Amino acid sequence: MYKLNLSEINAFFAKIAQNEKLYIPADNGKGGARYTEWAEGVELSNACNTERSAKDFFFPQTENLVDFKVNGKKIEVIDSREECEDFVVFGVRACDVKSFEILDSVYLTDPIDSYYKNRREHGTVISLACSAPEETCFCRTFGIDATKPAGDARAYIAGDSLYIEALTEKGSALLSSLGIAETDDTAAVYAQIAETEKKLAELPLAALEAKDFTKKQLDAFNAPVWAGLSQTCLGCGSCTFVCPTCQCYDIKDFDTGHGIKRFRCWDSCMYSDFTMMAHGTPRNTQLEKFRQRFMHKLVYYPMNNDGVYGCVGCGRCLKKCPISMNIVKVMKSLGEVTE
Amino acid sequence: MQKVMIERAAELLSSGKVNRVLGWRAGLFAHDNTPSVFTDAADLQANFVYNEFCGANLSKYLVKESDKEGTVAVFLKPCDTYSFNQLIAEHKIKRDNVYAIGVQCNGMKDVNDREKLEERCASCKSRKHVAYDELIGESGEILDSNRFDMVEKLENMTSEERFEFWRGELSRCVRCNACRNVCPACTCEKCIFDNPDSGSANKAPADPFEENLFHIIRAFHVAGRCTDCGECSRVCPENIPLHLLNRKFIKDINELYGEYQAGETVNERGPLVNYTQGDAEPSVVYERGNS
Amino acid sequence: MQMNDNTFRPKIVAFCCNWCSYAGADLAGTNRLNYPADVKIIRVPCSCRVNPTFVLRAFGRGADGVIICGCHPGDCHYTSGNYYARRRMTLLFSMLDYLGIERERTRVEWVSAAEGAKFAQTMNSFVETVTKLGKNKRLEDLRCKK
Repeated sequence: MYKLNLSEINAFFAKIAQNEKLYIPADNGKGGARYTEWAEGVELSNACNTERSAKDFFFPQTENLVDFKVNGKKIEVIDSREECEDFVVFGVRACDVKSFEILDSVYLTDPIDSYYKNRREHGTVISLACSAPEETCFCRTFGIDATKPAGDARAYIAGDSLYIEALTEKGSALLSSLGIAETDDTAAVYAQIAETEKKLAELPLAALEAKDFTKKQLDAFNAPVWAGLSQTCLGCGSCTFVCPTCQCYDIKDFDTGHGIKRFRCWDSCMYSDFTMMAHGTPRNTQLEKFRQRFMHKLVYYPMNNDGVYGCVGCGRCLKKCPISMNIVKVMKSLGEVTE
Repeated sequence: MQKVMIERAAELLSSGKVNRVLGWRAGLFAHDNTPSVFTDAADLQANFVYNEFCGANLSKYLVKESDKEGTVAVFLKPCDTYSFNQLIAEHKIKRDNVYAIGVQCNGMKDVNDREKLEERCASCKSRKHVAYDELIGESGEILDSNRFDMVEKLENMTSEERFEFWRGELSRCVRCNACRNVCPACTCEKCIFDNPDSGSANKAPADPFEENLFHIIRAFHVAGRCTDCGECSRVCPENIPLHLLNRKFIKDINELYGEYQAGETVNERGPLVNYTQGDAEPSVVYERGNS
Repeated sequence: MQMNDNTFRPKIVAFCCNWCSYAGADLAGTNRLNYPADVKIIRVPCSCRVNPTFVLRAFGRGADGVIICGCHPGDCHYTSGNYYARRRMTLLFSMLDYLGIERERTRVEWVSAAEGAKFAQTMNSFVETVTKLGKNKRLEDLRCKK
């Protein structure tokens, strides 16, 4: 494991930023944190997690796909793909790292999404173990260990030191190039892990269980509880857009007046034109739209991915939903129904 | 309060006066209450909640609820009653199908900083219920609020500073539409921004222009009808102070066309569907402070 | 006259009421009064037909200035359309100013069908004002740039 004093952390960031862009969670001045490109003066936030998830790095909200230039009857097709440079993301929490796996299973299986793959290949993820989980955290429910996040490398902040270890070749190549001292004395790290584990076990949502709904999918689908749960849903996209695993997108054409810009953007199953087809939308009521979101995460996705849930328990939707409806409430209600 | 409200709601249900009660359902914590419709006394006893985290304005739900069979009882905080009135004025709520219970409100707490009052409550405009069938607790007075302070501060900045301020705020928009969907004044069946035939539909803030367009039009479309309930800012996941756009319109209306509070009464003509021959010319804008 | 290609020529969109200003523009034409060709006229049935979205989209798609011309207050073909337009545009322009977008880029003028000279003069003065401001950079859609 590499070790450096926290007072040298900015020098450490500077060293990484010499060669490639570095993004770290920094305070946004509004009581939260967001990923910010590191530059002199940008300080690592103490927040438990960023308000927006880290999926933006690999699956940005909008992405140009292709341009069409129209000249009379001639249409020229232009590849408007943005050249992606190597970049490093530091400070990704275990839940968000897990979300990359979920996005990978969608975008990196055949047919491979070359836009996503391009960004994924250029990015190096340095995760950061949690030490102060919040009341809205429930990653344990999905078997995620907040104290041992995955990624290309993982870091711990214990006492006055930053410990960091490589987990992949990419991570090890990056770390070995930085010239930081190695250490065998990792007692502080293990002490912190033990302490965090205790905190995790005491979280208010620690007892939340992820039931296997896949065997009772029809019961889940037809459960009467959906009516009550979705009753006051506003049909906005807050939950979708802060979610690290929501992966649906729409492809839109924008008429610039002298051509067409084709881009993709995040879509939300809560929206009226989600999966719109020639005959209309298959889900007309808010109940159906609402149900789709949670069935996807708790039933359809696990059915197709060996029981892995499409939720990582980051708790962002618990904080951001305007009416405070969320996946935990859904899981509790649904759990009772499918007992 | 909560106990009295539950008892009264149960009574209304059992007497058959109403067949549903619109209120707040307790969540996982003390601060994540969800608007909900209750139909039986046991559910009310177990799950109905009224505490300082019941910020959600229930009046918009009445657009759908009052269209259903039977009467629905609803709990309205003072500022919610303004939205309620405004919706009645716009013929969006069937008043006869609603039994409105005004409830006392001492200000709601900010979910993100639970010691503090929400911004909108710290600059509360009125503790007075402007519409109700019965009242639980006290109805207060219209307050002398400082709610335009920030608007004034912005007005006194230079044009460049204002531009920078709003770029900084609006560039965070993710276009989740929460501000629009929660707004009691936004009741179009098909919003221009969702309608592919409008030419302005868009799902993402794909360009800074889209952010400006969306937020100007959102605020403009409710200008003169916005009661300043502050829901837009409460629900914004990016904490954009959207109410400052709405308050600018309210302030301009007050200054140019006379004091007006949307939702105060149900039969007044709104300022944008009204005029006088002596109205100010648009050039009045050029004559103001900083450019 | 030789045009210098480097001088900035603003794009101006003028929404003109069918019953007055549009005829006023016609009159300016038949009287051979000069006004810059940078002004693109869009005919509307009444000044109150102009939705704020029209103004914003004109800017988004490359306009440097937007002017709305209608009948003089009291002379609206539909009795009161221009009164409503007056309130709406006042609030809209004030909002644009509030967002830091140069307020001189927007204007409302009342021009009757008999005021060909006023039409030409209004356009001349508006083009001059917008030329001084330069290109609209704060409210343009970057995707529409060539």
